[in-house]
Amino acid sequence: MSSTLLGTYIQLAGLFAMLSLLSIGGGNVVLPEMHMQAVNHRHWLTSSQFADLFSISQTAPGPSILIVSMVGYGAGLQAGGIPGAIIGGVIAMVAMVLPSATFAYTVTLFWQKAEQSKLRRAVEKGLPPLTVGLIMATSLVMSRAADHDWRAYTVTAICTVIFLRSKVNPLIIVGSAAVIGYFGLI
Amino acid sequence: MSDEQVGRVSLFELALTFNHIALASFGGGLSAWSREVLVVEKGWLGEAEFLSAMTMCRILPGSNQINMAVFAGTKLRGLAGAVAAIVGLCVVPLIIVLTLSFAYFRFKEVPSIKGALHGASAAAVALTVTMVIKTGKTCLTGVIPLLLFAGAFVLNGLLRFPLLGTLAILAPIGLIWAWPREKAASA
Repeated sequence: MSSTLLGTYIQLAGLFAMLSLLSIGGGNVVLPEMHMQAVNHRHWLTSSQFADLFSISQTAPGPSILIVSMVGYGAGLQAGGIPGAIIGGVIAMVAMVLPSATFAYTVTLFWQKAEQSKLRRAVEKGLPPLTVGLIMATSLVMSRAADHDWRAYTVTAICTVIFLRSKVNPLIIVGSAAVIGYFGLI
Repeated sequence: MSDEQVGRVSLFELALTFNHIALASFGGGLSAWSREVLVVEKGWLGEAEFLSAMTMCRILPGSNQINMAVFAGTKLRGLAGAVAAIVGLCVVPLIIVLTLSFAYFRFKEVPSIKGALHGASAAAVALTVTMVIKTGKTCLTGVIPLLLFAGAFVLNGLLRFPLLGTLAILAPIGLIWAWPREKAASA
């Protein structure tokens, strides 16, 4: 392994381990910092590459934080070709997941022990109404991005009625909508 | 759910379940899929437990979806369960994303599945709206819950107030309202 490649991996691991613990409120919070480091400081990607990769990662299955593995891929590609790129992608993902997941695990252990506490009972009664409001806020933001015209809104409306009224596996509905989209009907 | 029931979930089933959640969420709607599978289908988490954990997972550093996997995995099988859930949620999507990265850097574009994702996104929005209606029915049962719900939507959704600011205002109100009183606790 060349020293440049090793250096890149160390930079990737250090950057994303730090961003992992700074991403309070979700991965999107550290996107500006990630952009500045990957594009302006380290020159792993151009700004338009970063934007393209971001939009790809948003619709790909799985957690949206997978954007970091694409940044790691781009960084490794420069120094080590395709094998180097793949390892870079994996290193970036592990570095982004491990610190925050360890923290979440510790909090969960504490939370399990606090099962009968007043705090936990208050949280489980007091937070759900708020959470539902936040999810509705999320659907509004999602719909601004996904529903471009009346046809897409119609699909969203019809799907909502189906999800509420029938017991059909949602995957069949999402899959059907994908097929309709594939043929350019929405 | 009793502890014996919880103990029967194998690590493989945990990983497989989170893999299923991740792959079902093409086009978005991962939270709605998590609820659909963890609460409705498997019954591993209660509705209130899931909804409160969801907001806590957003406050903690890191991806809220991965934090939710840690929460559910730890509850079911401890540390090994948390690892299994993360592996299930991330490994196959990671392979997919690395493949897409390869295609992007090699051909300067990704295979033309934009239309399909566009359609799936419209349905994923519907799944998330459905989640609001279904969970709303169970927990929006009074004036204060309705105000908390409306406050969170208006601040975070309409005024685009940051998540942490929204929670700093509303969470204390929710907790004070929900704090168990002595009489209620002994009843």
